[in-house]
Amino acid sequence: MKKYYLGIDLGSTTSKAIIIDEEDNIIGRGITNTRANYLVATEVARFEAIYNARFSLLKMKLEDEINSNPEYEKYINDVESAFQYLKFKYKLDKLYVKFKDTIESSFSGDRKENILQIVEKIVKTIGPEIRDAYLFSNLGNKNQFFRDIVSERYNNEIKKLDPEFFDPLMLVYDKSIISVENELTEFNFKELISESIEIMNEKYAKLDETLAENNSSPQFYAEINLLKGNYKKIYNSLKEHLEFVATMDIHISNMVGTGYGRALLPFPEKSIKSEILCHAFGAHAIFPNTRTVLDIGGQDTKAIQVDKHGLVTSFHMNDRCAAGCGRYLGYIADEFNISLNELGPLALDAKKEVNICSTCTVFAGAEIRELLNVGQKRSDILAGLHRSIVMRAISLLARSGGVRNEFSFTGGVARNQAVLKYVSELIHKNYGDDIKINIGADSIFMGALGGAMFARRSMKNLALTDK
Amino acid sequence: MSTRVTKEKSMLIQKEMISSLFKELSTAKQTGKKVVYTFVPGNISELIRAFDMLPVYPEINALQSGMRKKSGKFIHDAEKIGYSEDVCTYVKCDVGMILNGNIGPTGEKIPEPDLLLLSYTGCFTFMKWFENLKRLYPGVPVALLHTPYQEGHKITPDMTQYMVKQLKEEVIPKMEQVSGKKYDEDKLKKILGNTNKVEELMVKIFDTTKNKPSPIDAYFAGVYYIGPINIGFRGTGEAVVYYEKLYEEILERVNKGLGPITPEGVMEEEKFRLVIEGPPNWTHFREFWKLFYDLGAVIVASSYTKVGGVYDNGFRVNPDKPLDSLADYCMNCYTNLNLKQRVELLSNCITKYQADGFLVNSIKSCNSFSAGQLMIMRQLEEKLDIPVGFIESDLVDPRYFSYSNIKNRLESFFQMLEQRKIIFNN
Repeated sequence: MKKYYLGIDLGSTTSKAIIIDEEDNIIGRGITNTRANYLVATEVARFEAIYNARFSLLKMKLEDEINSNPEYEKYINDVESAFQYLKFKYKLDKLYVKFKDTIESSFSGDRKENILQIVEKIVKTIGPEIRDAYLFSNLGNKNQFFRDIVSERYNNEIKKLDPEFFDPLMLVYDKSIISVENELTEFNFKELISESIEIMNEKYAKLDETLAENNSSPQFYAEINLLKGNYKKIYNSLKEHLEFVATMDIHISNMVGTGYGRALLPFPEKSIKSEILCHAFGAHAIFPNTRTVLDIGGQDTKAIQVDKHGLVTSFHMNDRCAAGCGRYLGYIADEFNISLNELGPLALDAKKEVNICSTCTVFAGAEIRELLNVGQKRSDILAGLHRSIVMRAISLLARSGGVRNEFSFTGGVARNQAVLKYVSELIHKNYGDDIKINIGADSIFMGALGGAMFARRSMKNLALTDK
Repeated sequence: MSTRVTKEKSMLIQKEMISSLFKELSTAKQTGKKVVYTFVPGNISELIRAFDMLPVYPEINALQSGMRKKSGKFIHDAEKIGYSEDVCTYVKCDVGMILNGNIGPTGEKIPEPDLLLLSYTGCFTFMKWFENLKRLYPGVPVALLHTPYQEGHKITPDMTQYMVKQLKEEVIPKMEQVSGKKYDEDKLKKILGNTNKVEELMVKIFDTTKNKPSPIDAYFAGVYYIGPINIGFRGTGEAVVYYEKLYEEILERVNKGLGPITPEGVMEEEKFRLVIEGPPNWTHFREFWKLFYDLGAVIVASSYTKVGGVYDNGFRVNPDKPLDSLADYCMNCYTNLNLKQRVELLSNCITKYQADGFLVNSIKSCNSFSAGQLMIMRQLEEKLDIPVGFIESDLVDPRYFSYSNIKNRLESFFQMLEQRKIIFNN
């Protein structure tokens, strides 16, 4: 039986899980927001990674067929999108039930009826919108969490209503979301796959009208055309393989936990590793020439120096204050009443950078309000904020011994395009244009990857350098 | 944490010495003994003793108050009368203690000073500290001994003469005036004879960490070992007896192949050998130590234990040249060395005692120690290819000891060392 290894990175904001095989190849990724319950977050991330691993294994199994028939890959990806949508829908249905309970216990009389109707309308509007986003725009691969997906659209619907409904509708949302988020559900992969296939078949059957409705791009049209009229044949060829991976045993031989909440993981002591080592090891595995790693996570920033083996030689972390970390961005997003994902793009629209002096998250809030009052543009303020975050990271890097070539940027904040822009700008300005900056698609998973790699090595009693 | 604390026999002797000193201090006004306030780095207690006076060290009182969990209130009281958050916490703890009736760490009153002997070796805050004490004790004479910094990497004859001149023209006359006694050089020579013996013993004691396992912890236990010479027993017969006993005990441990004694008993397995730069945190001293011994980390050398005198490079007091010796001793203290000399000193310790890693405990409110630490760390890392770590805490302000932050960093640091061992063993 093949052996797999699991790394869990329990961060203050998100929890990540990575599954690797015997050759350190990543075969499964799972991520969720941590919120209050660490253990649920860990399990959710682990389940997600296992679901994802089944799809990866399917693609690996069919590598030759996929190479000669590109539509196979498209079909599998589409099934995975539908699969992710079904998981989402299960939660949304639960949330709707919870909404109704909350309304029942929080309001009475006409008001109750009124709010019930509004919420029903909102759910019926956003439900199909989100469905289309999953099935046609690949929402499932954008690493957005249930809460973010729902709240963005729910808030948009509230904005269209009379302001008097703002408070009661927010109350309904806030009171309901946490219990749904913290509920752990393990899905039957095989059943969900069958349902996913049904959804996809339905999608392909009605492809012409859907494409017209969704005004899709020509490239998308071309891809989907591969499947049009062809999907039943593809399904018949893939059916048996789908069933195989749906039921195959993914045997996790060993696991290692890391991250801010690692001490809370129900793992034996030897399976708990410092996130410094894991981030460095993960980054080094993806970019083997890495010598300096900057990781900006939820509440700490780490500047790490590594040697050629991926071994940490020294590190520096922010002390006493978390200004400049991911949570700071979350706080700022709240101040601007926008979602975390919108921060970076808005900052990139800036015409100039407003100087933000605050080194404290809470003070920055006051400073923003003052700057808005004096007429500064939101995007310009955000650009200044992003720059100030990066300045703090640059100072930490200097304290840790500077930046050596190559430089890898990891952690959740590395997904923010405005942060990336300033990191590149300031690293090159301070350490020269020759510094190669690595940012991978998996940057947020580096800690979990390092953990999984340590798990494999400790099981095999291998030294770090052994493959 | 265990409530039963294991103590070495020498520790009991030391406890006795401390309690008798504080007793003697508390009755000084009745017995007519004169009291001199001075500082540990570059403490010329031998000269004080030569005039039959008693030394008091405000920073020792502060650290003792910190260990006894009394410093938080003292610091708060000093801040209430206007001392800023950024002022050295030893100073604030001392001022707070004076504001609270100058009751020392043992619960006995510390007598008011008859002389303020300001020898500010490597720490300019000392000067400001005594300016404040001068205001708190109006009319008490101040003797200033300026110690030139070793900027040029060495002590020149001019520097020694500059200090001897101050001793002759400033310090000794003030001591004669306060004590009412004439300077007796033969007596000073005799006292320095004891110091010389103690210095030899101390070098031997701290050199035992070259054994594997190391029989002592040269930082956490080390602060107890340097206790007697730093709290007033330089040049005394008691100090010689204490260090002889201590050395004997340690040799016994070496012969038995035993590791260091921790508050929870003998350390069974030595996993990591470290050299540490910077003073320890005093308010959470036990918790801090436990973070190390729980993981099998032993400190084989530390700069802090050299704060009251550096003997690694062969310096010993020469009783035949008493004033020159006192001058050279002051200039040789750790905080009076320039950064290059500190790097050399630490580098030699790392090599000689085969350390696996180098760690800095940076003190938020201590400029004399913290300045240059990052540079020292970088240079050692580059020169010796040794893993380095950096943590932050404070001397006696309990608000700046973040257990979880320090634990998190230390865990990472120890895992770094462990991985490195795995790699090199393969």
